[in-house]
Amino acid sequence: MGTKSSTWTSRVSALFLKDFKSELRTRYSLNALVMFAVITLTVVSFSIGMFSLSSKIKSSLFWIVIFFSAMSGLAQVFIKEEEAKTSTLLKLVASPESIFAGKLLYNLVLLLFLEIVIVPLFVIMLGFSILNFWLFLCVLVLGSLGLVCATTIIAAIVAKASVKGALFAVLSFPILLPLLVTVISGTNLASEGASFSQGLRDLQILFSYAVVMFVASFLLFDFVWEE
Amino acid sequence: MPNFMISLEVKSLAKSFGFRKVFEGINFSLGEKESLVITGKNGSGKSTLLKILAGLLRPSKGEVNINLDSQIKNRGERRKLISFASPDLSLYDELTALENLEFLAKVQGLDFKPDELNKKLDEAGLKGRGEDQVLSYSSGMKQRLKYLFALLNEPKILLLDEPGNNLDEPGLFLLDNIIAEQKKRGILVLATNDKREIKYGDKILNLDQQGFSFIS
Amino acid sequence: MWWKILIGLLITVVVISVFLMPPPQKELGDISRIFFFHVPVAWVTVLAFLVAMINSVLYLSKKNPVYDIQAAVSSQVGFLFAILATVSGAIFAKNAWGSYWNWDPREISVFILLLIYGAYLALRSAIEMEDRKANLSAVYSILAFITVPFLVFVVPRVFQSLHPTDSIINSQIKIQMPPLVLLVFLSSLLGFSLLFVWIYNLEIKVTILHKKIKESSTIK
Repeated sequence: MGTKSSTWTSRVSALFLKDFKSELRTRYSLNALVMFAVITLTVVSFSIGMFSLSSKIKSSLFWIVIFFSAMSGLAQVFIKEEEAKTSTLLKLVASPESIFAGKLLYNLVLLLFLEIVIVPLFVIMLGFSILNFWLFLCVLVLGSLGLVCATTIIAAIVAKASVKGALFAVLSFPILLPLLVTVISGTNLASEGASFSQGLRDLQILFSYAVVMFVASFLLFDFVWEE
Repeated sequence: MPNFMISLEVKSLAKSFGFRKVFEGINFSLGEKESLVITGKNGSGKSTLLKILAGLLRPSKGEVNINLDSQIKNRGERRKLISFASPDLSLYDELTALENLEFLAKVQGLDFKPDELNKKLDEAGLKGRGEDQVLSYSSGMKQRLKYLFALLNEPKILLLDEPGNNLDEPGLFLLDNIIAEQKKRGILVLATNDKREIKYGDKILNLDQQGFSFIS
Repeated sequence: MWWKILIGLLITVVVISVFLMPPPQKELGDISRIFFFHVPVAWVTVLAFLVAMINSVLYLSKKNPVYDIQAAVSSQVGFLFAILATVSGAIFAKNAWGSYWNWDPREISVFILLLIYGAYLALRSAIEMEDRKANLSAVYSILAFITVPFLVFVVPRVFQSLHPTDSIINSQIKIQMPPLVLLVFLSSLLGFSLLFVWIYNLEIKVTILHKKIKESSTIK
């Protein structure tokens, strides 16, 4: 008989590692995310050619690529459970809170990984210069956190719909708008070499957005997950 | 540690999906070492009833009470006491049997060493197949693995939906043992269409009479 | 019944006054009359959103299907009004500032509400099971509402405002309108709000009746 010893963290990490292992074997989301991002980036870069763009436009393009890549890959985390009929399994063994936390963590890691790939490509292919790197990094991380906090629960919602199609993007966009506007502004500031204190306002908004969306999603997740 | 008696009580249970009424007015109670077999045509709501008992679905009306010394209302506590096996349930195809079991144990807060898990696999007739992906398993093997999973937490209440479904010879033998063990440990509820399986229950609940149910 | 007649009369009087009185803003001329329609309609859009969110919260806590119906109806009516608000705003923009779309924060806010309503309705139509439909759309409605404060803070910062804020409503929400304009405006506001309530109640009754018919025809 196994001894019952565990903390909430070990359960959440078990969930996270399961998804991680599963993804390494199947590469459902990873392929979609990276391929989509690279292709979009290439198209954008080709169409711009030698044209020089303002950093504002480049910042917007960067986040457009991230947004659409996220839309193509971040819903899988719940959709694949529904399609493989393993969601019943999860309901029997884990609490909704830990499932939500595990999936959120997984999406965050996935997104950050995508960004590690995309940022250098973006810098090279579009000549995107980042003058204040630390500000850029903070904006990137906080923005990504906010993005997954808002979209994980939406992914759970979409997984339960009969007709999925573009539903994830349609539902996520209005909710992500404040985030997108702020993160583009912050990225632009970082790109132009603004100081940290100038970027502080954007960082504060991003942080509060992430906190609010996390708390709201956490509280509402039960209603989505339980039947 | 004191050994409390488990009991399961169902009061005025009803379930509808939108306008379609599946069943209503279900009442029964089971005590430790008792077993119930639920029968009925396909679509009569056997699986639905079982899922409600498992905590996977919410009833439209009525309640399911579980008592172990006192009433257990906390979902996490209930989850620890109940296990469920059904054709609708799948394990992770892309993971190996061992990985599945390790994950399912860890996420429930159970601690098993790899040899303990391997031993369980042997007992289920899956010796040497622990490192294979569940994808490669036959349906009989998958079913046996599902039982393995269901028994990890040594449930006080075991719910089996069409247990004989997909079972091969070794599986049927295993099932017999599982059922015998469970009857000693706690409560067993089994839903089936197979007449041979009716023998497993002390009581029978037939869902075919619309709205009415009788216990014999 | 009588109050419906009163609403009808009120709106008729408002419409007539809007066209007979001198235009509220002299510089813009006749086009500024749209103010009496556009602002109340935009206000109703926001009101409908609030009503939908409250019903969603009530549904999740009480699980009474009536709340779900009310949330859905409010969103449908809100969607309609959002379209009207966006279109009337665009017409005004074209005439006053030269182009239909100007990236003005208020235009954007109303348009975002339109997107939210659209998303909500798309979600509802993508789910067949009634329980799921109710739960999921309630969650979305609440989620969307929560992002609104962010929109209010974030959007204006980024875009310049072309909205005629000073001539009619200045930033301290002190209404600097000549008395006649104020009267017609408030009456219009009241009229449109009551119209919303009327349509809302009517549509709810129709929906409930629909469901009752469906229910009785599927009982074996």
